[in-house]
Amino acid sequence: MKALRNFLDKVKPSFEEGGKFHAFRSVFDGFETFLFVPNTTAKRGSHIHDCIDSKRAMSMVVIALIPALLFGMYNVGFQHYLVHGEEASFWAMFIFGFLAVLPKIVVSYVVGLGIEFVVAQWRGEEIQEGFLVSGMLIPLIVPVECPLWILAIATAFAVIFAKEVFGGTGYNIFNVALITRAFLFFAYPVKMSGDAVWVAKDALCGGIGSENALLDGVTGATPLGQVSTGAAEITNAIGSSMSPMDMIMGFYPGSIGETSVIAIGIGAIILLFTGIASWKTMLSVFAGGILTAMMFNSIGANEVMSLPWYEHILLGGFCFGAVFMATDPVTSPRTECGKYIYGFLIGFIAIVIRCLNPGYPEGMMLAILLMNLFAPLIDHCFVQANIKRRLKRANR
Amino acid sequence: MSEVIRIKKGLDINLKGKAKEVFSKAQMPDVFAVRPDDFHGIKPKTIVKEGDLVKVGSVLFYDKANPDLKVVSPASGEVIAVNRGERRKVLDIRIKSDGNFESEPFEKCKPSSMSQEQVKKAILDAGFFAFIKQRPYDVIANPNDAPKAVFISGFDTAPLAPNYDFIMVGREEEFQLGVEALAKLSGAKVHVGINVDNASKLFKLTKGIELHEFQGPHPAGNVGVQIHHVDPINKGEVVWTVNAQDVAMIGKAFMTGVLSFSRSIVLAGSSVKNPCYCKMIYGASISNIVANNIEGDNVRYISGNPLTGTQISADGFLGAFDSQVTVIPEGDKNNEFLGWIMPRLKKFSVSRSYFSWLLGSSREYEIDTNVNGGERAFIMSGEYDKVFPMDIYPEFLVKAILARDIDKMEQLGIYEVAPEDFALCEFVCTSKIETQRIVREGLDFLRKELA
Repeated sequence: MKALRNFLDKVKPSFEEGGKFHAFRSVFDGFETFLFVPNTTAKRGSHIHDCIDSKRAMSMVVIALIPALLFGMYNVGFQHYLVHGEEASFWAMFIFGFLAVLPKIVVSYVVGLGIEFVVAQWRGEEIQEGFLVSGMLIPLIVPVECPLWILAIATAFAVIFAKEVFGGTGYNIFNVALITRAFLFFAYPVKMSGDAVWVAKDALCGGIGSENALLDGVTGATPLGQVSTGAAEITNAIGSSMSPMDMIMGFYPGSIGETSVIAIGIGAIILLFTGIASWKTMLSVFAGGILTAMMFNSIGANEVMSLPWYEHILLGGFCFGAVFMATDPVTSPRTECGKYIYGFLIGFIAIVIRCLNPGYPEGMMLAILLMNLFAPLIDHCFVQANIKRRLKRANR
Repeated sequence: MSEVIRIKKGLDINLKGKAKEVFSKAQMPDVFAVRPDDFHGIKPKTIVKEGDLVKVGSVLFYDKANPDLKVVSPASGEVIAVNRGERRKVLDIRIKSDGNFESEPFEKCKPSSMSQEQVKKAILDAGFFAFIKQRPYDVIANPNDAPKAVFISGFDTAPLAPNYDFIMVGREEEFQLGVEALAKLSGAKVHVGINVDNASKLFKLTKGIELHEFQGPHPAGNVGVQIHHVDPINKGEVVWTVNAQDVAMIGKAFMTGVLSFSRSIVLAGSSVKNPCYCKMIYGASISNIVANNIEGDNVRYISGNPLTGTQISADGFLGAFDSQVTVIPEGDKNNEFLGWIMPRLKKFSVSRSYFSWLLGSSREYEIDTNVNGGERAFIMSGEYDKVFPMDIYPEFLVKAILARDIDKMEQLGIYEVAPEDFALCEFVCTSKIETQRIVREGLDFLRKELA
């Protein structure tokens, strides 16, 4: 460590104003603060500080995403071998999935962090950690067959227009990862929806994966996609019917990270245990979703409305959105009471979109984005109530 | 007495280096310094110069806006320096003590038998008025105001703070006279907040005050929190606040007819070998009490508590409103490798992403001055709310201040707060935002704009 520190101290001057590599100051600074906690001390105000910092908070979310990521990789391989009717070992499936998902992670981070580095350099600021989380979320909420170049464009769009133009991490109105997905969804609908994109069908790198032909009856549609097109029974990729237990395990086609309720649950436990995510938001998203689904169950006018409430929660991106997206503190309300309303409405709107809009089998993304927009309004109401209380007190 | 006011939000930071309740014999230092910056809100006009002889109570400077408001010498002797900084701003006035503490005259009298004008004149002339602060703005009070109440906090919950039950022992009569003087001076009710868990014998014996019992973690001892829960400040109202020791200091002058600015202070912190209490005088050099009593050579000396105090040097001076000197390690040479992801079992955090919340509240921590991260925009939400026990949205108020939005600041309750109320917010902030500085600037801005 000492040698590393000495090395950093030695090269530091060349990155400072007037140095040879001044154009890379933000990158150097980013790596230096990543390796060593900065030695800055409090000059005024409080002389002592809590040892939490935003790097810690962000990395907790990344850690919480790892179970969903690992399961997603495994599931990609599992689906691949399933549709080809080939038996494969656990490791064969995992390695296939790893190789299919890794390029997406690399593209997301390289594009997103590249833009962050440039902007930080341009503004003369420190690199902020926000994209560590977004960069991990993005690969998990796209279909496995999403082309990398499209992913790169969408990531660049989201980082620049959803975050940097507003001022960077902490100033964005919309969740960056969801804007990426929304951009993909509306700009390249063919690559983001339908039946063809959810299962990796071809072998990778010219030979890793199954060489067999596809089985007959392979649909590759997501369970919610099947329901919205009026399928009588929810099936997995090769047409066998699915029990609620299968839905919890997550062995069905879908966005890479969203399928396993167990993996997402582990992430939720990490987030709630560490207190990084608000339990208020998370709980009320589920409450809103469950109550709304129950309400539609009792109407039951179409296939989606009749889908049992627990399947609404277990399928699609509901859990993933509730745990990792709705709880983003920057785009959530800042008032504690507001979080209940915000969460409840996300759950409500997600199910409403699913049930009432035949064009969109999944409503979670749009529900969260819509409520991102309304979060300041919710805050405004609570802040105004506080202001009124104070005025009333003065006039008493 | 009304019912106990329970403060639920807040945080007790359990630091190493608490003082044992014994007075150590400290030799009075030779050099004293009075810093005009301690008396926030006064525009100082210095009237002494190098070589002048002064007594205890001789005027050093007065407020340009209000010449009756004077700040006086805490010691008798010779002015050895008037140190100035940029634009000839006076940084401090140094006095070499002759060791006699000879006092300017003060008429021994019972404040209850005097008129309001007489009490006011006596307190102003003796320089005691500079120890009365006001809300809004958290500045030295204006003698021409008629406050709606006077608040005195009877306990201090800050980390390593002195125990008032201990330092106020034997000062019953002085405190009683001080309260009487303040009641007469202000023409308003005197409120004292005490901690339900302390004996607070002295305060319970005092007549002519309204006692309020509080329970809960820091900042329950902050006078601002107590005002908020007893008689909150609305726009246009003024409340005066005085430290309990300074009340006794005022009372003592009325009792003895001699001016004395002595007070008990606590020397504490994880870098102090023998944390203890001692008798000191405001403005006194701390060099005698810290000599041979410090562990390690890279330490920070703080006049006041670690959350709100002022950084001073090893031969620095005790601030005018401080009854605590804290010495903690500096954190500028840590070079901690990958600290943000390590378990950091010995470090303290309110975040449950560390483990200190599982290790019990009796565990003591050594915290250095490292900020532990870079400054960011607001990211995590609800952090401030957990340590801010007022019906105010601290984050929204800070944002209104940053935007210099006067209407919003007023609406969100800026008149009720002082920078010290935001000290815990600053401590817990993940984004390392300097909330105390922001609030101080906001209060100064508002005061200037509305003047």
